[in-house]
Amino acid sequence: MKHRFQSQRFDRASFFFSGLTGLATLLILGILVVILVNILVNGWPGLSWHFVATIPKKDFFDRETTGVLPMIVGTAVRVFVMTVFVIPVGVITAIYLTEYAPSSSLFTRVIHAAVNNLAGVPSIVFGLFGLGFFINFLGKHLDALLHNPAPVWGQPALIWASLTLAVMTLPVVIVATEESLRAIPPGLREASLALGATKLETIWKVVLPQALPGILTGGILAVSRAAGEVAPILFTGVAYFMASLSHKLSDQFMDLGYHVFVLSTQSPNIEQTRPILYATVLVLLLLTFALNFVAVLIRARVRQKLRGLG
Amino acid sequence: MGLQRGHRARPLEWLVEKMIFLVSLSAILVVFLIFLFVAREALPIFLGRMDSALVQEVVPLEQMDQLSPARLRAYLGLTEKQFAEMDRETRQSLMEVKVEAQNEIPAAFRRDPDARLNTTEWKHLLRPRQWTGYEQPEYIWQPVGQIHKYNLIPLFVGSLKTTLVGLLFAVPLAVAAAIYVSQLARPRVRELLKPAIEMLAGIPSVVVGFFALLIMATVLQNLFGYETRLNAFVAGLALGFAVIPVVFSIAEDALTSVPQNYTQAALALGASRWQTAWQVVLPAALPGVFAAVVLGFGRAIGETMIVLMVCSASVMSWSVFDSARSITTTIAAEMAEAVAGGPHYRILFALGAILFALTFVSNLVADVVMHRLKHRLEGKG
Repeated sequence: MKHRFQSQRFDRASFFFSGLTGLATLLILGILVVILVNILVNGWPGLSWHFVATIPKKDFFDRETTGVLPMIVGTAVRVFVMTVFVIPVGVITAIYLTEYAPSSSLFTRVIHAAVNNLAGVPSIVFGLFGLGFFINFLGKHLDALLHNPAPVWGQPALIWASLTLAVMTLPVVIVATEESLRAIPPGLREASLALGATKLETIWKVVLPQALPGILTGGILAVSRAAGEVAPILFTGVAYFMASLSHKLSDQFMDLGYHVFVLSTQSPNIEQTRPILYATVLVLLLLTFALNFVAVLIRARVRQKLRGLG
Repeated sequence: MGLQRGHRARPLEWLVEKMIFLVSLSAILVVFLIFLFVAREALPIFLGRMDSALVQEVVPLEQMDQLSPARLRAYLGLTEKQFAEMDRETRQSLMEVKVEAQNEIPAAFRRDPDARLNTTEWKHLLRPRQWTGYEQPEYIWQPVGQIHKYNLIPLFVGSLKTTLVGLLFAVPLAVAAAIYVSQLARPRVRELLKPAIEMLAGIPSVVVGFFALLIMATVLQNLFGYETRLNAFVAGLALGFAVIPVVFSIAEDALTSVPQNYTQAALALGASRWQTAWQVVLPAALPGVFAAVVLGFGRAIGETMIVLMVCSASVMSWSVFDSARSITTTIAAEMAEAVAGGPHYRILFALGAILFALTFVSNLVADVVMHRLKHRLEGKG
């Protein structure tokens, strides 16, 4: 072999190629920094209390009178309704997978494969699913059942968008919860069982409280993923413009991400709308990043705690 | 009493445990439902039961009773349920509407052979056709105007173009970064780098699309001097931003899961860190890197908003410096104007079903590959 007698300290080829991979890493970080700094610098001047707390009356392309309050509220509400559905289902699935399912059975493999698969389904397909299943199937049948003269549920609505997003973020919650459940030392469970608790009591009183931070992380990750998604809500509930806030589950809603799309592609004068566009993007980014950051913090604290236990 | 409790679950607990089991089936159920309901809306296209011909044979009202119910239903374009719920008079008025609609078609279109064509047939979806007014057979996606042209090939080419550019840009960068972070960087630096790169995944795709549209498109055009400002190249690079964190994080996991004794043995034999990473760790984790690329492909071909914002003109061209309209973009942009249940609507669902099948297969491949790799590394290590 050529390199047999070369010492570790000096090897030109190694130095060169290591440097190359380092450069690739730097380039990726560079892209990240450029995007974030660009948005921060250009978006900051447009951000004001007035902008965040105003409901635009007619023309949201107008710099002076526009605001993003209905979009912030719409995004927050759709994401909140989503968590109500996705967290219980996701957590229970994860409990089954870690506490009950035999770890190497074919059945467990199938559930895992389904979860992985779900994570890879394109977001626009979720949108189609929402339209085909929730609106055209569930909604239409619900209307027929309730004898509604005009469609109430058989049309795009907040609830259908939230349910579509819940389906989309299900794998995020399952994976995060599973991870945190597996990190709990088996000794804790055994101790509880040895004291006479049933399996369910052990899960409810010992395992779940320990896993709470992990479940929270999963929920936050799901929320931050869903908050920025636009494709799944395009046909399931988002509105181009609404004069007031939505207050029923069967209402449509305005949305931050969709608003970014509208402002950047439908504006009659892009130079005029640029400042509001940047400010809206900044609001969206702050929202998703703040959530991500909280998730990272919680996870770091949990790891520290687990290290202490181990 | 207390001693007994651990041995036998109470009836209520038995019930709860069964419920837990049922809920855990949700993931499987959902995948199944997605497949079912996307395919359901697209089924008439796949089975060739849709007729989009503009000019159709008209059945005079008097001959209504001579048609069999099944023929009448197909003629009126109704589902079985709709047909069953209608009384005779509604059917009659529907037939009148049909006759009137046919009479309203201008005579110029009546003579056009294209107007009698069912453009949703498979051969028109996939093969080029010389439409009236064109000089040679062409692939055209044009679901507007009198005669809707639904050739899918330009959309496939559009998706492929942007995806390939994205992968060519993202995969080398992401894999190199994964090697650096998992093998070469100091542990302290690694703890910082990994979440930093994964932050890229936290940027919503509308924001990436916005950035590509406003900043990248201009910068790249000044740099390379091509003609169309918004083209598949810009969209592909922006797609790369979305693909990088996916490929990076899976490749990094695979590289890290290679057992320590592999690296230690190589280092003990006098190999440098780079030689160890390149000749020992990377080959051992190669299936994982492959899985990362496959999942990156799935992410790229399924991404909607980035391509939608950057380019959307449907042109049949293999050049990356021309515009492109991908499968996802087409669905997102046209679903709002498609009539529910009509040919256009069904074709968009068919595109969704194709997309779903594509990502389903790539996910499955990646899943199997990763599972085997884990098995092998654990078995040996």
